[in-house]
Amino acid sequence: MTFELLLVLAAGLFSTGLFGALSQQSIVMIMMGVELMIGGVIVAAADFWYFLAPAAGSGQVVIVTAVVAMAVEMAMGFAVTTAIYRARQVDMTDMAEDLKG
Amino acid sequence: MDTTGMVLLWVLGVLALVGGVLVFTLNSMARVTFALLGSLVCVGGVVAVLRLPYLGVVIVLMMVMEMVIMAVFMIAYMMNPAGLMPMSMLHNKRGSLVVSGLVFAALVAGIFLVPWPDRTGARPRDTTFQVGMSLMGDQMLTMVTLGFVLLATMVGATVLATHRGRYDRFGDDLDQRPANDPADGGVGR
Amino acid sequence: MAETGTWWALLVAPAMLLGFAAAALAADAALDARNAGRPITVSTVVRPFLAVPRAVLAQPRRLPASDRLLWRAGVITVPVAAVLSTLVIPFGDHVVADLSVGVVWFNAMEVLTWAGLWLAGWGPNAAFSLVGGYRFLAQGLAYELPLMFALISAATGAQSLRVTDIAGAQHGLWYAVWMPFAFVVYLAGVLAFSFLGPFAYPAGRDVAEGVLGETSGVDRLLLEAGRWLWLAAGAAMAVPLFLGGGAGPGLPPWAWSLVKTLLVLAALVWTLRRLPMVRADRYVELAWVVLLPLSVLQTLVPALTDLSL
Repeated sequence: MTFELLLVLAAGLFSTGLFGALSQQSIVMIMMGVELMIGGVIVAAADFWYFLAPAAGSGQVVIVTAVVAMAVEMAMGFAVTTAIYRARQVDMTDMAEDLKG
Repeated sequence: MDTTGMVLLWVLGVLALVGGVLVFTLNSMARVTFALLGSLVCVGGVVAVLRLPYLGVVIVLMMVMEMVIMAVFMIAYMMNPAGLMPMSMLHNKRGSLVVSGLVFAALVAGIFLVPWPDRTGARPRDTTFQVGMSLMGDQMLTMVTLGFVLLATMVGATVLATHRGRYDRFGDDLDQRPANDPADGGVGR
Repeated sequence: MAETGTWWALLVAPAMLLGFAAAALAADAALDARNAGRPITVSTVVRPFLAVPRAVLAQPRRLPASDRLLWRAGVITVPVAAVLSTLVIPFGDHVVADLSVGVVWFNAMEVLTWAGLWLAGWGPNAAFSLVGGYRFLAQGLAYELPLMFALISAATGAQSLRVTDIAGAQHGLWYAVWMPFAFVVYLAGVLAFSFLGPFAYPAGRDVAEGVLGETSGVDRLLLEAGRWLWLAAGAAMAVPLFLGGGAGPGLPPWAWSLVKTLLVLAALVWTLRRLPMVRADRYVELAWVVLLPLSVLQTLVPALTDLSL
């Protein structure tokens, strides 16, 4: 049962993050939502590794990849925010709608 | 999993969820950031309790650094300077709630309906050694790719975030020494 | 090899850390007196500790619109993280918790000071405090990576992240001898995360003591204690990482640990008074352009040695 409950925790974190990423206007807050979603992925990966396939090291590699994804997401997110803010003092997605493609 | 482990998992899990919800309900920018930090530190704790101490502690370490930097940017870019005024900066709140609610329901349904397989293989004695061997062995390609992704991120983020190039620093003929920098720097380039 | 898990170790370890921190503070006061040409007596050494009852009794200062929750959390985090970091540091044959990832644990606890000090700067809702908090982050981005590589050098040499393994792997030849650069960078990191001496920039006089400026009473006491506790924890960690732990001729292991820790602590206290304060913008460039590449090269030395064995 622990296995399923931990997956529910992962799903909860993922959905909370998804709500934030969809509903927030500020770019920084959207990034927080994405971080939370990746946090959910980490819990799920650790859970799968522990309960289903502990002999496979690649389960841990998934966590490493998720952590790297967090770092990359944050660095690029702040770089883009800085660039767009410098260009036109915009820090909200709704003000940059013309970038929709 | 022994009793201590179970108790820890419950406590950390509940705290992680509470922190996650607080991220989108608190008003203060600083509190929001540190609620997220608390949530992700609990995620690191869950990972450590699941016998992955190295990854768990590294997640804690990384999240603290990341979230502190995030707090700086948060305060730099949010239009409400200190986040002291209660305000809502949401759009399409109902739609987002519906979408995330549906996703959660679908995930939970999947979790309880899928016939999960039984555990295969035994847990290694040293899980840190396992992840190291895998990253340096059969997952080497993943490791190399991650390395290049990080390098590209460093270069890309710096290029995007800076507005000064070498002509700004060294003049039109690139012969101006020392460079014209807004801050002096420590090695006198 | 190491004895773990005795319940009294949980009490003794923080007490010893406090003792080392107090010794460092007393030594600092004695050097102060010597520089001022005053005679060094018992009262000069005891004087800094009079601030403790004064701080406990003092009426705390209240500030308008301060974020008390986060402020308090930050102030408490700094000394608590210092105490938690000592869980993995062996003293002679004893260690509270011999974690298999001890080095990473120490590093994670040290990084908690980032959050603690930034919050301590943010909390009081005052400009100079916040500047102090930002200054610590700028300094942190400079010192952290070379420090991490210094820790990795020692771990690579011993092929283990367990601190007792690292101490045990240095039979006869200390890591400080054949990884001198990592040792120096580590000691610089210790001064930096205890924001003392050359790295007192976050609490500099030019910003009215920065992160410390607005704190008063017990808060102030906790932050100041955190500084010296971190200095003591860093000195204690240097012994198993670079100076062979409790190994040595003649004396029992705990005595060697004690002697070595006190020597490192004395060297640190002496150094922090000899160097001028360095601005973070200068140190960042030095750290990234000079120290970081050299640290990577330094890590290469034990890595290649491991391969050739």
